[in-house]
Amino acid sequence: MPKAHSLTSQNVRGLSPPVAKKDAIEVEGTVIEPLPNAMFAIELENKHRVLAHISGKLRMNFIRILPGDRVRVELSPYDLSRGRITYRLK
Amino acid sequence: MAVTERRVTLKSAAQIERMAVAGGLVSDVLDRVGEAIRPGVTTLELDALAEGLVRAAGATPSFIGVPGHREPYRHTLCISIDDEVVHGVPGARRIAEGQIVSVDAGAIIEGWHGDAARTWIVGDVPEPVRALVEATRRAMYAGIAAARPGNHISDISAAVEDVAIAGGYGVVRQFVGHGIGTEMHEEPQVSNFRSGHRGRRLEPGLCLAIEPMFTLGSHEVDVRPDGWTVATRDGRLAAHWEHSIAVTVDGPRILTQQLPTATAETAA
Repeated sequence: MPKAHSLTSQNVRGLSPPVAKKDAIEVEGTVIEPLPNAMFAIELENKHRVLAHISGKLRMNFIRILPGDRVRVELSPYDLSRGRITYRLK
Repeated sequence: MAVTERRVTLKSAAQIERMAVAGGLVSDVLDRVGEAIRPGVTTLELDALAEGLVRAAGATPSFIGVPGHREPYRHTLCISIDDEVVHGVPGARRIAEGQIVSVDAGAIIEGWHGDAARTWIVGDVPEPVRALVEATRRAMYAGIAAARPGNHISDISAAVEDVAIAGGYGVVRQFVGHGIGTEMHEEPQVSNFRSGHRGRRLEPGLCLAIEPMFTLGSHEVDVRPDGWTVATRDGRLAAHWEHSIAVTVDGPRILTQQLPTATAETAA
């Protein structure tokens, strides 16, 4: 069974460590539409719409985010209209 | 214990014998599946046959539980027909005359994995299709021949790619071969094309799955909505061959082939 092609180990070592956000607010939402620059429009459970980018960990593991997927999003306390997708829920 | 270095594990001679036992089972299973492939049989029937053989040998199918885009894999075999490249999910589909059917199988015995694939031609196919299947098989053996101590991973990739270039075939880039041992997918990756990196130096004890995936069209592939099946974007046919091998001081040793009887006894 072949393996999905991923970054070489050299490249992986060059990446910065995972970004830990102490102050982030974790919420769940649904992907509305993919936008350019790997951004996504997400509708949160409270019906708010936010613009979210995808976390480096999901990107490294080639987790595909599609419209309709349920995702966990971290919101910055400074700008509640922006988020970071940290998990694609099953 | 295996020596770990940058997540690459080198296997001892005794461990390689144990992998050859798992590989021998995978080879037997593929032999039996090959005999069962005929027009009218469903891919799920082939999968059930394979799972029965693996379990009867006291082994576990490697692929069950492998995480996917949507859900974990649930079958013993991947059966990829015609334009499907790899990861075809067994189902109610019936094999038909004129198809090319690639079957990928993996088994775990006492923690060690074997992983191999072959592409069968069902009945008559046009000559270019036969040539594709044959070239993919030849490329696998060319890659295996390059797996000698002192060479690098890129020498395997180059040997495989050269066969594709000579025949004008597309080389799938999104999926690659891999290290194998106590995990099905270990470091390093073994691409079927020159990647620009020389890659790791090959040394005795390194175990790899060498698996060219060639197409009659472009290299581009898509994952179908089932989250598993990988098919060519242009709908052209694709073939896939795979052996697990060990790099030894004497050169490459194919692990996924029938065990010589003597070896089977010493390993048991």
